[in-house]
Amino acid sequence: MTLPPAIIATGLSRSFGSIHAVNKLDLAIDRGELYGLVGPDGAGKTTTMRLLTGILEPTSGEAWVAGFPVRTEAERIKEKIGYMSQRFGLYEDLTVMENILFYADIYEVARSVRKARIERLLGFSNLTPFVDRLAGKLSGGMKQKLGLACALVHTPEILFLDEPTNGVDPVSRRDFWRILYDLLREGVTIVLSTSYLDEAERCTRIGLMHKGTIIIEDRPKNVRSSLAMPMMEVWTDKVRTAGEIVRTVEGVSSVSVYGDRLHIGLKHKGAASAVLVMLEREGIAVQDYREILPSLEDVFITMVEK
Amino acid sequence: MKLIRIQAIAKKEMLQIVRDPLSLAMGFMMPVLLLFIFGYAISLDVDDITTIVYDQDRSSMGRQLVADLSASGYFKVVRYAEQEAEIGQYLDAGMARVGLTIPVDFSRDLRAGRVTQLPIVVDGSDSNTATIALGYFAALTELYGRRISPVPEKALIEVRARVWYNPELKSRNFIVPGLIAVIMMVIAALLTSLCIAREWERGTMEQLIATPVKTPELILGKMIPYYVIGMVDMALSIAMATLLFEVPFRGSLLLLTVISTVFLFGGLSFGIIISIITKSQIVSSQISVVATYLPAFLLSGFMFSISNMTRPLQIITHIIPARYFVSILKGLFLKGSAIRILYADALFLLAFGIVTFAVANIKFKKRLG
Repeated sequence: MTLPPAIIATGLSRSFGSIHAVNKLDLAIDRGELYGLVGPDGAGKTTTMRLLTGILEPTSGEAWVAGFPVRTEAERIKEKIGYMSQRFGLYEDLTVMENILFYADIYEVARSVRKARIERLLGFSNLTPFVDRLAGKLSGGMKQKLGLACALVHTPEILFLDEPTNGVDPVSRRDFWRILYDLLREGVTIVLSTSYLDEAERCTRIGLMHKGTIIIEDRPKNVRSSLAMPMMEVWTDKVRTAGEIVRTVEGVSSVSVYGDRLHIGLKHKGAASAVLVMLEREGIAVQDYREILPSLEDVFITMVEK
Repeated sequence: MKLIRIQAIAKKEMLQIVRDPLSLAMGFMMPVLLLFIFGYAISLDVDDITTIVYDQDRSSMGRQLVADLSASGYFKVVRYAEQEAEIGQYLDAGMARVGLTIPVDFSRDLRAGRVTQLPIVVDGSDSNTATIALGYFAALTELYGRRISPVPEKALIEVRARVWYNPELKSRNFIVPGLIAVIMMVIAALLTSLCIAREWERGTMEQLIATPVKTPELILGKMIPYYVIGMVDMALSIAMATLLFEVPFRGSLLLLTVISTVFLFGGLSFGIIISIITKSQIVSSQISVVATYLPAFLLSGFMFSISNMTRPLQIITHIIPARYFVSILKGLFLKGSAIRILYADALFLLAFGIVTFAVANIKFKKRLG
């Protein structure tokens, strides 16, 4: 049996008044992908998630999730998917176990498989010691893991996670990603949104969202190399002054500061020596420099500025 | 519809209610408190009318008249005035509502068989009490007059009145059953007015509408715990009415339970509609109180007789569910009415319940925005 593609969207749009939150979005996500919707706040990531999960009606266009159209068969979609909203959506006045059991009932998880499955979910989310704790008393990271456990209690085919690691400490974030990779191995399709570009790097495929549509979409590595622009990284003591100076150099197209280094986009490779000459002339000590592949952030900034 | 989902919602809602002691206490205390306050505050009975007596005669006959008035229980003498001006002072200050003057020649006139005059002033600022006080006074003095009159008059027509259902004509007996209906209408809507709005405000609704739960499952599940609270409130109210206010309950408790269930179904659905539309707990609770309390209080016939209203208002009362519940409760309490008397009112409550439940289901959308 071949399953229909996980997600297809054609011209999917949603406006709020005069604001086009999602604007003619086209999307095709295969089974088994870990797809990342990447972009800054207000790019339309959450609205896209809500449209695909069938809880928000599109203004125009159509999308099919697990083979069902979102406009007319949203309820069928909801049986096949798991969803974790951006804002913590579980009951803070219920315990961890009560929340999980509630969703198990809502999704009609059979009694025969329920116990083993819940034990497994609690196990891999490390929530077992906290089953009797009220959800409101959990830390941010544990809340997100509980949200994930509730979204997984019916073993969905497709999992939608809206900024799941927002406000989560680095250790819990690593745990969270470990769980996602486990799920991916089991064949679950995962769609997540994030504004963290280091997380985007971990997806099998990403779509960069800007102003309600996807401006570039590919595997993270390909997205980075798609920017046919040589870049150099320069370490120096006085990054700010150096940045000002470099900006004036002929052949430099973009400059951004990353802590103690500069990322400099070049119009052609030859401009690199011009940059170094200029810095030396201005008396800025360059500790090190190298040619680099643009980071996703570089790509993103360049794409948005176009 | 799946029973397991209805159960899950009901159980979850129950846990949340139990863990919020304040709202739980409100759910049980509100009806008791309201019934207590209104039950005592609203009384159309007039007794212990404060009276000041200026006895100029100072005779045994005058004292006998005053003793008769006091013994009736309707009048309570608060002061024997030394001079006439005191009557004005007492009435002005509100310390007395009736001022009686027994003239100097009161006993002499009576002994001589002459008609005597008895000046009485009444505080008319509360016209209801004043009218009743005058009526009582006329009746009591007439009785007194007949007793001391040497030649008893013979009445040709004697009225032998019997009052059914409420032989002592206690206003509390018809106010309390109606009051329960009014209070329950408000409580029912108030109880559920928060339950949908709360989920929108807390962000839990977005998660819930992304599941395959069906609207009627959600609404029914949410109503069940509040139905239980509503029935407990009902039982508390009945207990207070019969034990504290000593209103007789002559009907069938089973019938009361059935009809209360039908009534609560409509009242709870009504609160849910408001909760669905407003999506805000504060707005929702305020609207539900105003939207139920005013019509139930003014147009249900609980205090103000529907037959005395103007025609347009009378027509409006037909769509006030409390009207039917007031009528049913009065029937059950005082007349011990059976279902064959009450079925028409009960059918309306059922229709109200079905319509509001249907509207709640139509109004609720498993979509954002």
